[in-house]
Amino acid sequence: MTSAEKYVTAAYLVVLGVLLAYLVIYAFKLSRLEREVGELTELARRRREAEPTPEPDREEVAP
Amino acid sequence: MSTSLRNNSAVALAAAAFVLLLAGLTLAFYWVPNAPVEGFRQRIFYIHVPVALTSYACFGWAAWKALRLLWTRERRYDLESYTAVHMGVIFGILTLVTGSIWARTSWGVWWSWGERQLVLFLVLFLFYSAYFMLRYSVEPGPRRERMSAVYALFGVVLIPVSFMAIRLAEGLIHPVVFDRDPSDNLAASQLTTFVVCFAATLALAASLYVNELTGKRVDERLRELREALT
Repeated sequence: MTSAEKYVTAAYLVVLGVLLAYLVIYAFKLSRLEREVGELTELARRRREAEPTPEPDREEVAP
Repeated sequence: MSTSLRNNSAVALAAAAFVLLLAGLTLAFYWVPNAPVEGFRQRIFYIHVPVALTSYACFGWAAWKALRLLWTRERRYDLESYTAVHMGVIFGILTLVTGSIWARTSWGVWWSWGERQLVLFLVLFLFYSAYFMLRYSVEPGPRRERMSAVYALFGVVLIPVSFMAIRLAEGLIHPVVFDRDPSDNLAASQLTTFVVCFAATLALAASLYVNELTGKRVDERLRELREALT
C-alpha cells in the first residue's frame, strides 16, 4: 500500500468512524429514553392505582 | 406532518443515504481514474468537498429555521435550528479532519495558517461550536430561543465569506474547482462521482437530522410528561 493510498483510506475511515461513534451515542440516548418511558409508565400506573375507584351508580328500584 | 409520514420519510432518507454512499464509494475507489497531477490522493476530494458543502447546507438550514422562529415565534423552529447546527458541527469536524489528511499528503503539513480558506472554515466551525455554549448558558424559554436564533442567523454570513475566500485569495496552494478556467474543472467521470458523493452526504445529513430531531422531540415531550405526573 502506497503512502497516498494509506491517507485516502484514513480519510474515508475517519468518516466511517465518526458515523459509528454517532450511532453508539444515539444507541445510549435511545436506551435512556426507553428507561424514562418505563419509569413514567410505572409512575402513571401507580397513580391510577392510588386514586379511589368511583362507585358504580345504583339504579332506583320502584316500590 | 403526521407521525407515520415522518417515520416513512426517515426510513426513505436512511435507505437513500445508504445506497448513495455505497455508490459513491464504489465510484470513488473503482471507477474514477487517477487525477493527472495529484494521482490517487485526489480521491479524498470526493469525501472532503461534499462533507464541507453539507456542513454549509446544515448551517444554512439552521439559519433558515432561525429566521422562521423570529418571524413566526413558533417554538418548534428552535429545536429544528438547534438540530441543524448540531449536524453542521458534526460535518464541520469531518471537513477539518479529512482536509487535514489531504493537506498532509499533498502539502506535507497537517495544517497551514497561511491558507485563508482553512482558517475561515475553522472560524466558522468555532463560531458554531460556541453556539452550544451560548444556548446552555441561558435558561430555557423564549429568551434563549431568540438569542440562539439571532446567533445562528449571524453565523450564516460567514458561509459565503468562507466559500469565496479561496477565489478571493491570491497565490495560495488550496486547489480551486468549478471556476471559469476549463483546465481547472473536473472531467465528466470526476463530476459524476462528485455529484453522487455530494448527494450521499446530503442524504446522510438529512437522515441524521430527522433522527436527531425525533430524539430531541421525544426527550422534550417526556420532560413535559414527567412534570405533569410529578
